[in-house]
Amino acid sequence: MPHETAAGSIRRFSGFARGSVKLILRGNRAYWMWLAFLGVLIVSGVLAYSAQVRFGLGLTAMRDQVSWGFYIGNFTFLVGVAAAAVVLVIPAYIYNWKPIREIVIYGELLAISAIAMCLMFVMVDIGRPDRFWHLIPPFGYLNFPRSVLAWDVMVLNLYFVVNFVVATHILYRAFHGKHYIKKLVVPLVLLSVPMAVGIHTVTAFLYNGLAARPYWNSSILAPQFLASAFCSGPAILLVVLQLLRRFTRFEIQDAAISKIAELMAYAMFLNLFLHGAEAFKEFYSNTQHLIFTRYWYFGVGSHHTLVPYAWSAVALNLIAFGLFISPTTRRNLITLNIGCLATYAGVYIEKGMGLIIPGLTPDTLGEIYEYYPTIAELRVAAGIFAVGFLLFTLMLKVAVPISLGEFMGKKEPAPAREPSFAGAQTVP
Amino acid sequence: MVSRRLFTQSAAGAAAGMILTACGPKRLYEAPKDQLKARIAEMEHKYKEQLGKDIEVSGAGPLPGVHFAYALDISRCIGCRRCVYACVAENNQSRDPQIHWIRVFEMEKEKGVDFSHADPYYNPAEVPEEGHFYIPVGCQQCENPPCTKVCPTGATWAEKDGIVVIDYDWCIGCRYCMAACPYGARHFNWTQPTIPENEINPNTHYLGNRPRPKGVVEKCTFCIQRSRAGRYPACVEVCPVGARKFGNILDADSEIRYIIEHKRVLVLKEELNTLPRFFYFYAT
Repeated sequence: MPHETAAGSIRRFSGFARGSVKLILRGNRAYWMWLAFLGVLIVSGVLAYSAQVRFGLGLTAMRDQVSWGFYIGNFTFLVGVAAAAVVLVIPAYIYNWKPIREIVIYGELLAISAIAMCLMFVMVDIGRPDRFWHLIPPFGYLNFPRSVLAWDVMVLNLYFVVNFVVATHILYRAFHGKHYIKKLVVPLVLLSVPMAVGIHTVTAFLYNGLAARPYWNSSILAPQFLASAFCSGPAILLVVLQLLRRFTRFEIQDAAISKIAELMAYAMFLNLFLHGAEAFKEFYSNTQHLIFTRYWYFGVGSHHTLVPYAWSAVALNLIAFGLFISPTTRRNLITLNIGCLATYAGVYIEKGMGLIIPGLTPDTLGEIYEYYPTIAELRVAAGIFAVGFLLFTLMLKVAVPISLGEFMGKKEPAPAREPSFAGAQTVP
Repeated sequence: MVSRRLFTQSAAGAAAGMILTACGPKRLYEAPKDQLKARIAEMEHKYKEQLGKDIEVSGAGPLPGVHFAYALDISRCIGCRRCVYACVAENNQSRDPQIHWIRVFEMEKEKGVDFSHADPYYNPAEVPEEGHFYIPVGCQQCENPPCTKVCPTGATWAEKDGIVVIDYDWCIGCRYCMAACPYGARHFNWTQPTIPENEINPNTHYLGNRPRPKGVVEKCTFCIQRSRAGRYPACVEVCPVGARKFGNILDADSEIRYIIEHKRVLVLKEELNTLPRFFYFYAT
């Protein structure tokens, strides 16, 4: 394929776009019910957010004492989900393990949706969304390299672009019955591995670097972030893959699923171990800094709002670990799914509220303000999750038929062999 | 081809828009003198329109050879909170919701300086309360400020005379600085700040007490509108027991210099290496 004309590529693209729209508009009752459900959540979220824009962030439960809350908690959790695509990419490309290689693209799509949600959570958390461009040089000014938040802005956007380019390129080429361009994809995929570790490390450093907050100012934070991310991201993906297998012709081997579950067990062990190490240091040394950990696990004085969440997270993580470490339970789909839900919920609690709120409670001058999200915050957050799930659903709606070879450009005949893009991927 | 022309046109339009934005207002930090003048005139005009009142915005810069520092005599402070309210009035802090740049903590003499046992909401019939002492806390104007380092847009910085300031027109309200400040000195405008019109202080500074919008962070500036004009901050003037001292630390004959050299002086959270320019001392 030496030289394509511009008109040709526009025609080819519009064929792809029109086909994709057609696919998106085709679906059974369950599909439309799902979209309607997401639509309701999105509308509710938009309404709540517009009220927040008009009134100010005072509509949330955040105050000077606890100046970050549910939004930033969700942001942190979702960075972990986005980073988790790497769990799949590493074995797929480094060890050339075929059963997992076929599902890497879904990990990338998940990462795209998760990063989109991350950026939305940051957007709804800032007091002046109208000034967002202040972050974007050359119009604005990015305090790089001094501010870790500037680093985070850069790596998150870059990670988004890398995953977006790889995923769309592979799908677009497969749509036209062509192999992806190796020279483009392989370096980008290899780059996305350290980048996934990077986005999560930088996000951990965001908190880690603040000496004012002893709960965060601990060098165990970044490793713990990575460990928990390697649990939560695959947990979502495993459930999604099973749903796809159930409702489409998409095939995935049980071996791949239980391999991922096994990796999650190791990650969860590491996560629990790091938590234990942190708890030992805090409780044994018993300094004034213990108060943040105590607030989370036991409450301080009459303030106990978060205690049930803390112990649920511990219990859920332990259950998940137990279910994934034993080969019998991780091969049984029912116990496997219970494990996935437990992981998702456990990490969601510990990485969301469990990281942000005790970090800020008590505040730097010892005051305890008990933060608990308002209905408006919950609505905005649900809306953002709905946008993310919508994005993910629509992308899957196009990606799955392409990968099954069901959705192809008409003019180019499909190659005789290897109709699936995924099966054709090789390591250089 | 229509679609391509349309594309070219919209691309050109977008590029023009971007260039216009790029030439538009930027950080006050880097505004050259003539541009700063124009920006300040703009601010005054805007306040006139919004508040129906003449607000004077000073553009006074730092003076060479001046480095401000503050000292507070713990043994004298009686916890009356007059400084808190003088500060609110002087610096146009929101009355509803209430924002206080100074917070006073009541502590027990038995426990010493210990914020984990402090009470900022003490409300007895009379102060000082038996067995207690008081520590007012505001911005410590650190020489090594953790808050300015983290700001992603460079909207806050330390001036040459040591005052840490915020550009209210550039702050995006991410509140990273609030997470980074070890002294709870930074306050956010969670809703539209309100001040009764007749209570607005019209003598303001572009980096200090000029009225702030919703959604940005604010803090103590050592009353930059006063201190750069050779006056004491409002809290120093109002203190009924003379517990608050302020001056130029580079001036060897100043009171502040005398205190630092001769009294038992401490700073809050010394171990964080923030190097506060706000000292606490025991005069007696």
